[in-house]
Amino acid sequence: MSVVTPLKTAAEQALSAQFAAAKAELPGALPVRKLREDAFAGFEVKGLPHRRLETWRYTDLRSLLREARPLAATATVTDGVRARLAALALDGVRLVLVDGVFVPELSTLEGLPEGLAVHSLADALVSGREDIARVLSGPGVADADAGLMLNTALMRDGVFIEIAAGTELDAPVAIISLASGEDERAIFHRSVVLAGPSVKATIIEISESAGTAASQINGAIVFETGDESDVQHLRMVTRHAPETVQVQSLLATVGAQANFESFALVLNAGTLRQQYFVRYAGEHTNIGLRGVNLLGGSEHSDVTLVMDHEVPNGTSREMFKSIIGGEGTGVFQGKVIVRQHAQKTDGSMKSNALLLNDGASMFNKPELEIFADDVVCGHGATVAQIDGEQLFYLMARGLPRPQAEALVLQAFAGEAVEFVQDEALRALVMTEIEAWLSLREASSVVSAI
Amino acid sequence: MLEIRNLVVKIADEDKQILNGLNLTVNDGEVAAIMGPNGSGKSTLSYVIAGKEDYEVLDGEILLNGENVLEMEADARAAAGIFLAFQYPLEIPGVATMTFLKAAMNAQRKARGEAELLTPDFIKQVNAAADALSIDKAMLRRPLNVGFSGGEKKRMEILQMALLQPSMCILDETDSGLDIDALRIVAEGVNALRDKSRGFLVITHYQRLLDHIIPDTVHVMSKGRIVKTGGKELALELEKSGYAAYGEAA
Ligand SMILES: Nc1ncnc2c1ncn2[C@@H]1O[C@H](COP(=O)(O)OP(=O)(O)OP(=O)(O)O)[C@@H](O)[C@H]1O
Ligand SMILES: [Mg+2]
Repeated sequence: MSVVTPLKTAAEQALSAQFAAAKAELPGALPVRKLREDAFAGFEVKGLPHRRLETWRYTDLRSLLREARPLAATATVTDGVRARLAALALDGVRLVLVDGVFVPELSTLEGLPEGLAVHSLADALVSGREDIARVLSGPGVADADAGLMLNTALMRDGVFIEIAAGTELDAPVAIISLASGEDERAIFHRSVVLAGPSVKATIIEISESAGTAASQINGAIVFETGDESDVQHLRMVTRHAPETVQVQSLLATVGAQANFESFALVLNAGTLRQQYFVRYAGEHTNIGLRGVNLLGGSEHSDVTLVMDHEVPNGTSREMFKSIIGGEGTGVFQGKVIVRQHAQKTDGSMKSNALLLNDGASMFNKPELEIFADDVVCGHGATVAQIDGEQLFYLMARGLPRPQAEALVLQAFAGEAVEFVQDEALRALVMTEIEAWLSLREASSVVSAI
Repeated sequence: MLEIRNLVVKIADEDKQILNGLNLTVNDGEVAAIMGPNGSGKSTLSYVIAGKEDYEVLDGEILLNGENVLEMEADARAAAGIFLAFQYPLEIPGVATMTFLKAAMNAQRKARGEAELLTPDFIKQVNAAADALSIDKAMLRRPLNVGFSGGEKKRMEILQMALLQPSMCILDETDSGLDIDALRIVAEGVNALRDKSRGFLVITHYQRLLDHIIPDTVHVMSKGRIVKTGGKELALELEKSGYAAYGEAA
């Protein structure tokens, strides 16, 4: 049998060289070093994910990453970074990463609420915690992903959050990850949220750029949440240069009788792949993954998720709404696995897209892999245009076409946004959506003149 | 004043002609009723007046106060004073009725160069109009028309008409789906808007609406044309004899 070694691309070769040069200085005690080595070895076998892989079919990272940018090793705190932090309307605890590196001076570390402990990921990696390898690995369904392997090998920093059993946090904890955007860099960061039993918390994750240079970002967040916990996650990926290429992985292991809900808003994000690997570790747990993607120009947004129902009585809800204009491309690949013993699983998966013009496209691929016999699972995927009858009705009442369209689009997105539990955050998301729509409205008025 | 001259209309992407040289005038202050068999083109006429795009006008003109509206988009026609109460009002999920009403009123004001309505004034006007039509305030907070009963939707159309104060009101089968009390309430709402500067075109199948909204003229429509025009007694006659005399026997 002959072994075919595929030719490495320039970017893959550069990544190998970068890993070889950086591995000695990347943070980590012995078990972490081994984890990095193994992950990179795994990556080298697979190479950058490409379109012949089922799970990366619509986002060919191999061709998107023609060159691997130099690794960002330090935080470049520019005036732009400070200005953006000042402008962000967010209450609660702020944990700031700049170029993937935790910046304590910009973060709220004093007067943290009781039960909340925060460290930098780099500190956690060198701390010698016994569970570190397990915590970082997340659900088994994530093991084979080359994008994640690369993150494991090259992650430099992030935040490590622990929330003690029974803690109920009143205000959200925000992980604000800004690329300085001064130079084209590659940023690898990972954060961890360990929430004990009966914890109630809201975690916000923001990914933005404060400058104009396009970054290559590979971020990951790992959640491990205990029994009877209720953890809400809001991610906003905005204000990136159009040439940005970004992979964001979310790994979650959720305990019994718990609630875990994640919402992601994507707009002005260049090329983005969000991937979710979620495992039900206990029964009677509800997990919801939702999001809104607003795409224009040549933007690309891929949402790929795997929900692994290992135990009975789990509920899963996925709802993604995409509004796609220009030459934008949306991708939704959702796989719900219901293992043999996971009876009484109740799953519902929806991906709905509205295409605003001819050049826009959407690929929907919902999948159910069901091995149990007593389950209720369904999915619905639609690709449509704005309803002409609705539009006429609104226009017949005097709304100019762009405004009538904006109203319909806002309502379409709103059906997912309404699941953001925190009222202030829901309003924040809606404000971003309205701003995007009104820019579109304004530009279509100009083009009509 | 609405004047329609020799209007010939086909479905845009089909070879199907529906209006075949229709002539009709509705004067300011006049209430004109149109009756006619199913499929004779009544709703099509109302859509073409309001500016729906699915139709192609092959010939003729529609003048509102002397100005041809055929080149205008639907929103411009609304701002010019045309209002269509839909036979089947659309459901708009996710858009609160109040939000929609305010957007519509302000859009028309803007188009006419008037200042935006202040919120307290807006609320006052909506509440007064809702009370007059016995519309529950809770409905105004719900998404527009979503899950409304047939009768509630029709009342909501008249509420919009009352708030927007159009000069040419077209009511397409507003009586269908209304119970006896609602019919009276809606008719009173319409009558309250009767004014010497405002014209009405009331499309209906039944005399009972015309018992409440007494028309000045009654037109019979058949196969895309007005084939007979008379006074209010014409409606009573049709009620008895049907459309057989117009070549459209049931
Ligand atoms: N978009 C369309 N595509 C195809 N046919 C259409 C379309 N719109 C209307 N028609 C046809 O045109 C004719 C007139 O329809 P219209 O709805 O105007 O009738 P109407 O007089 O309002 O009837 P009714 O009393 O039942 O409400 C009908 O034969 C109808 O099927
Ligand atoms: Mg009709």
